[in-house]
Amino acid sequence: MAVGSEPAVLAPVAATGHGLRHQRLGIALLAALLAVAPLFLYPVFLMKVLCFALFACAFNLLIGYVGLLSFGHAAFFGTAAYAAGHAAKVWGLSPELAVLFATACSAALGLVFGWLAIRRQGIYFAMITLALAQMLYFFYLQAPFTGGEDGIQAIPRGRLLGLVDLSHDLAMYGVVLVVFLGGFLLIYRTIHSPFGQVLKAIRENEPRAVSLGYDTDRYKLAAFVLSAALSGLAGGTKAIVFQLASLTDVHWTMSGEVVLMALVGGLGTVFGPVVGAAVVVSLQNYLAGLGHWVTIVQGCIFVACVLAFRRGLVGELARLIRRPL
Amino acid sequence: MAGDDAILETEGLTKEFRGFVAVRDVALRVRRGAVHALIGPNGAGKTTCFNLLTKFLQPTAGRILFEGRDITGLRPAQVALLGIVRSFQISAVFGHLTALENVRVALQRKRGESFDFWRSEKVLERWNGRARELLDAVGIAAFADVPAAELPYGRKRALELATTIALEPRLMLLDEPTAGMGREDVGRITALIREVAKGRTVLMVEHNLAVVADLCDTITVLVRGEILAEGDYARISADPRVREAYLGSEEG
Repeated sequence: MAVGSEPAVLAPVAATGHGLRHQRLGIALLAALLAVAPLFLYPVFLMKVLCFALFACAFNLLIGYVGLLSFGHAAFFGTAAYAAGHAAKVWGLSPELAVLFATACSAALGLVFGWLAIRRQGIYFAMITLALAQMLYFFYLQAPFTGGEDGIQAIPRGRLLGLVDLSHDLAMYGVVLVVFLGGFLLIYRTIHSPFGQVLKAIRENEPRAVSLGYDTDRYKLAAFVLSAALSGLAGGTKAIVFQLASLTDVHWTMSGEVVLMALVGGLGTVFGPVVGAAVVVSLQNYLAGLGHWVTIVQGCIFVACVLAFRRGLVGELARLIRRPL
Repeated sequence: MAGDDAILETEGLTKEFRGFVAVRDVALRVRRGAVHALIGPNGAGKTTCFNLLTKFLQPTAGRILFEGRDITGLRPAQVALLGIVRSFQISAVFGHLTALENVRVALQRKRGESFDFWRSEKVLERWNGRARELLDAVGIAAFADVPAAELPYGRKRALELATTIALEPRLMLLDEPTAGMGREDVGRITALIREVAKGRTVLMVEHNLAVVADLCDTITVLVRGEILAEGDYARISADPRVREAYLGSEEG
């Protein structure tokens, strides 16, 4: 019973090393599509898709590349929405400063939440993030500056750098597109950075990464803060676009929605969360007439994903063409 | 200190899990340059010992000295940086990374921390050459671009070894390096370990006594968490207590 015979098929076929040209091509294609999209689709709808796409990409950075399932990401999205709304409306900050401030708030919150949650693994990690996010939800429900059930309404879009009037939807769309692409490229770069290599190693086998001398808790925390900050960038931008920050943004269902988006598109894929966000937001928009039934439809999609195509839309496509997407 | 060339020493090393003493008062001494085996029946506390030495577990009592320095209070990542690198019972590779990337993750440690998420991973390509050398040294250069999960079992263990050596450890702890292997793979890995042990110190847990006899110059027998005997293979295999506790089943 010699076991020495080489399975020769293994050697050259699965070569993943040779460049990621098709991913770069995909990004260029995505940017081009989004640039011309307002000619065909309603810009406000597109902006909603882009804000949630960025949120889902930020979430996917954790689950897909570090293997951490956060179930409290609404906290970062919602906190940023309130922060941007408050800064723009009450303090009268310009939109870019309001969004920057919002991003910083979410990053700081991410540092606290992450520091508390990172010590636990798997389901315990998810539960701690959920619990912390729920505590924050009840705080925002009571806090005076959030407007309680009403939220912060009529947030001024203002003028970008004091020059460009953002009340015009196309101008606003341009800004959102730049924010989205900036965030998306930052995540793409992170995945393909020395830092990203360590994250992937932790995802694959954390004890082994420790045994190679990596203090994995610090890497996980750094990734958590980065993800929180980018979720905040998405949430803050959303508040400026829709001129509204409300309890919906911090509610646990928002955390669930971002899980659904990443799952539908494909966890651990570059383009999956964007596709997932587009699908989920489209469903919400076009099925809005169904009222509460939308939740049921979403639930069915979730079940279908888990049962039939666990890799998600983009994940399955990537498997078909045998290239990472 | 003079003349006492122990790279690793433990004093009264004890680990208790809720009243169950897994490792009791172990005084282990690993000579620099030795290939030292830790053997014993199942449940003797060999893997617990490994976890204590690499600080994956915190001892209940006792001290661990590495090159005369007390490392009892250090964290596992710090121990690794001092030069104590372990392998795992189940082959520990990064499945979705290619073989080359696996080794590079270890080499990457040389640049210090890698928190630079804004930099391209192209900066890591400077280690590709060294990574290929290491893959070549363990005979899997042809698999450089294959995801580690797709490698056959024996090759995974070879890859793990290459990744471990990449850190240039002063002390390698191998946890059952030949577990679950066919005879041919065992021969290959044994030869490999002999090769990489040159100029290093190796402490290994191993069940395959033929491998132990072949590779190791010192053997410590652990039974129920305590050291029963120590010496070279001839002495250990002649010790009646060891025969009773460990080899006895093979005799009768």
